[in-house]
Amino acid sequence: MGEARYQAVIGLECHVQLQTRSKIFSGSSAAFGAPPNTEIDPVCLGLPGVLPVLNRRAVELALRLALATGCQIRTRSRFARKHYFYPDLPKGFQISQYEEPLAERGAVEFRFGDEHKRIRLTRIHLEEDAGKNLHAPGGAGVSLVDFNRAGVPLAEVVSEPDLRSAAEAGEYLRALRQLVRYLGISDGNMEEGSLRCDANVSLQPLGAHQYGTKAELKNMNSFKFVEEAIDFEIERQQRLLERGGRVVQETRLWDSEKKVSHAMRSKEEAHDYRYFPEPDLPPLVVSDQWVSRLRRELPELPLARRARFARAHGLPDYDAGVLTAERELADYFEAALGGGAPPKKVANWIMTELLAHPDGTQRVAPEALGELVGLIEQGTLSGKMAKDVFAKMFASGQTARAIVEREGLTQVSDAAALEAACRAAVDKNPKQAQQYRAGKTQLLGFFVGQVMKATQGKANPALVNEILKRMLA
Amino acid sequence: MNLCERSASELSALIARRQVSAREVTRAHLDRIATLDRELGCYLLVDQAGALARAEQIDGLIARGLDPGPLAGVPVALKDIFVTRGIETTCASRILKGWRPPYEGTPSHRLREAGAVLLGKLNMDEFAMGSSNENSGFGPVRNPWNRAYVPGGSSGGSAAAVAAGLCAAALGTDTGGSIRQPAALCGVVGLKPTYGRVSRYGVVAFASSLDQVGPLCRTVEDAALLLEVIAGPDPRDATSIAEPVPRYRDALGQGVAGLRLGIPKEYFVAGIEAEVEQAVRAAIRKLESLGARAVEVSLPHTEYGIAAYYILATAEASSNLARYDGVRFGHRAERPVDLLDMYCRTRAEGFGPEVKRRIMLGTYVLRAGYYEAYYGKAQKVRTLIRRDFARAFEQCDLIVTPTSPVAGFALGERTEDPLAMYLADVFTIACNLAGLPGLSLPCGMHGRLPIGLQLIGRPLDEATLFRAAGAYQAATDWHTRRPALG
Repeated sequence: MGEARYQAVIGLECHVQLQTRSKIFSGSSAAFGAPPNTEIDPVCLGLPGVLPVLNRRAVELALRLALATGCQIRTRSRFARKHYFYPDLPKGFQISQYEEPLAERGAVEFRFGDEHKRIRLTRIHLEEDAGKNLHAPGGAGVSLVDFNRAGVPLAEVVSEPDLRSAAEAGEYLRALRQLVRYLGISDGNMEEGSLRCDANVSLQPLGAHQYGTKAELKNMNSFKFVEEAIDFEIERQQRLLERGGRVVQETRLWDSEKKVSHAMRSKEEAHDYRYFPEPDLPPLVVSDQWVSRLRRELPELPLARRARFARAHGLPDYDAGVLTAERELADYFEAALGGGAPPKKVANWIMTELLAHPDGTQRVAPEALGELVGLIEQGTLSGKMAKDVFAKMFASGQTARAIVEREGLTQVSDAAALEAACRAAVDKNPKQAQQYRAGKTQLLGFFVGQVMKATQGKANPALVNEILKRMLA
Repeated sequence: MNLCERSASELSALIARRQVSAREVTRAHLDRIATLDRELGCYLLVDQAGALARAEQIDGLIARGLDPGPLAGVPVALKDIFVTRGIETTCASRILKGWRPPYEGTPSHRLREAGAVLLGKLNMDEFAMGSSNENSGFGPVRNPWNRAYVPGGSSGGSAAAVAAGLCAAALGTDTGGSIRQPAALCGVVGLKPTYGRVSRYGVVAFASSLDQVGPLCRTVEDAALLLEVIAGPDPRDATSIAEPVPRYRDALGQGVAGLRLGIPKEYFVAGIEAEVEQAVRAAIRKLESLGARAVEVSLPHTEYGIAAYYILATAEASSNLARYDGVRFGHRAERPVDLLDMYCRTRAEGFGPEVKRRIMLGTYVLRAGYYEAYYGKAQKVRTLIRRDFARAFEQCDLIVTPTSPVAGFALGERTEDPLAMYLADVFTIACNLAGLPGLSLPCGMHGRLPIGLQLIGRPLDEATLFRAAGAYQAATDWHTRRPALG
């Protein structure tokens, strides 16, 4: 890219599908993945004569996000109609919010390397999703529309142009995903479209105060594509500017296979959405009581939890970050600590053993993992034995203690028993004992092996070492 | 006695007492439709089989001692703007030709639940846009009193059918006068209730913030009875009002003693036909003679009503009519070359000229940068008009005006002049802008054409309208006059 003479200025508009049972303005299911046009009703199809009725649950989920991002919530917000023609948009308009959105002026915070980032939010508003056009393969000239998605509730989250690189935009998006998953309002799945993102990108000469002309990027359905598309756009604009050209305001579509974007429509071709207040819906009134209840019910948020894990459990920041990446994992960790196992040891077990399996947290209960770590701490199990026990727990779902008891796996730490076993090993191998005493101390491992063999691996290795060294001295 | 001249209240009583069967009543109406409607053009669809089956079902319920409801066996018909499950619903537009809805709207559902027999669907101005019924995509309706004249609109088929005895009662919708003006022109009673009093679920939208459903009947009592049946909150309509529904019929016999009638000076101005003004003034004197007191009131922003209305109504219409795109239902142009061609030709072929005119007007006023100048300003006028009424109602209990400035006009007389057509609603539009209830009832004749008296009430005060209208009807016989037919 040559010497950086420009600063990238990026703002994201994200759509979060809210996990309600039914659609935002009607009763059919909002679930993903049903056969086409099986989750529809007259309202979401926009049949003549239908009217929207607001799903309070959708409002509640959007409010959770608004509270978690510190937005100001309007006690009285309005819905508006946004008009454009497209076959997947049943009414010829989308019910959205325009002049009086649900919430404004919050921020998404996240760690970016060693930095703490705070990206300001312009607004969060509610709207309905559209259906999906499916084009017959081979250009048969036939397009089909699946309306299952039409009317699924969305929270649109609009950021200020506070982001400065593709990587930073990617982290912002990951933080937003983490947040909506913590809040239980969406699964934030970019591939399935439950989290979608458009990016506004412009370049500004270093030291300038005015923003450059922006391009809007669409069609990026993974974190990676978002970053690639933004990088491509920064480079494209930079080349253009360096050659003395001008960026035109336009909408560009990302082609994830060819890794290029194409202009879709220019500013002149942009829709005039003809917004006006939705006459079929009264203003949305959000009472103080409603807000305070939702505020009380908010879970501990990812950054706070990460800091607390580091502080209260003495974990390295890295570990705290891994363990708080998902709310379920953080809950798992805390549940595993219930029996008093040392946090760092539990953390290690989770990060090295449990997370090696995609379904680890489902297969091994947190209490069982804590118990396993406890058994190591007490000296009942050696580290090696514990790994075997863990494999059995994973396979059978049984607790560590049950496996230890059934298989008689308790580590032998009884001094007299170990003394006898060591004595037997030394007596049976006089030649090696003599060599050891003559200075070939690496033979210690041989004797430990003999003791382990005789005790079927249950001998406490530390004690065995200690006893043998004394006997062979 | 001719069953087709009886009121809905009389018929339900006769049927419930088994003095006549619902089947006989339905049969009589179907026969009359067959005889007369070829010429009048009221019905777009007659559901003969469905109506007879329903009538027999009602007779069966009564025979088993069950109560089929307050409209037991009453033959009713619906403006074709009401969505009826499985029965073609067109809004008198070619764009909806052949559409059989998969669901039933609330008003028609409530009528059926009350025991009514649905005879069929009635003609109207396409998408309820018009004041003469000449904008129907399927031909005009003729005024039963004089077939060279229009029945008014947009609920022209509803008013004419009730006047001609082709149904005992009908439902219409009123966005700027579309129930009251045709009721006046056809000599029947028409009520536009308070905005939100009747659910709009399953009523094809024209202008959502103005549309309201109401009955057209031959007597005030019937209008009260039908409103009791169709009014009330509906979880499917977020704008429906959560107030309980009173027994409106109780208001009919209460008399008008002590009622203050507001006479707005802005409504008795140039442009009003002399015979209409005389009839309305006579009606006011009649009400005074019954104990009411007339007071002059002022509604100073009246003159801005039409302009504001045609901005708001067309803006909302342009939005509501965007869904007729040929994708999911109704007409689609054949062999489109691409998506834009499909949209353009579907809508060019499907919509009539008045509908296109209003979509263009509405699209124009909502365009970026002009919203405040048009829509925003019109909303402010609306607020001023609402305030005018609130002030006037400090001095009076209801407002009395003519319903229409003229008793009627001939078919074809105004079709070339949309602005002249728009003035047909000059006295009725303010009610919709302010969301108030308005009732029109017959109060005289101009030659062979009836004249309508409009009563406007406070929000949710339909009872006072029924009280005054009931007293007037008890003291006069205009409502008993029937057009000479067949």
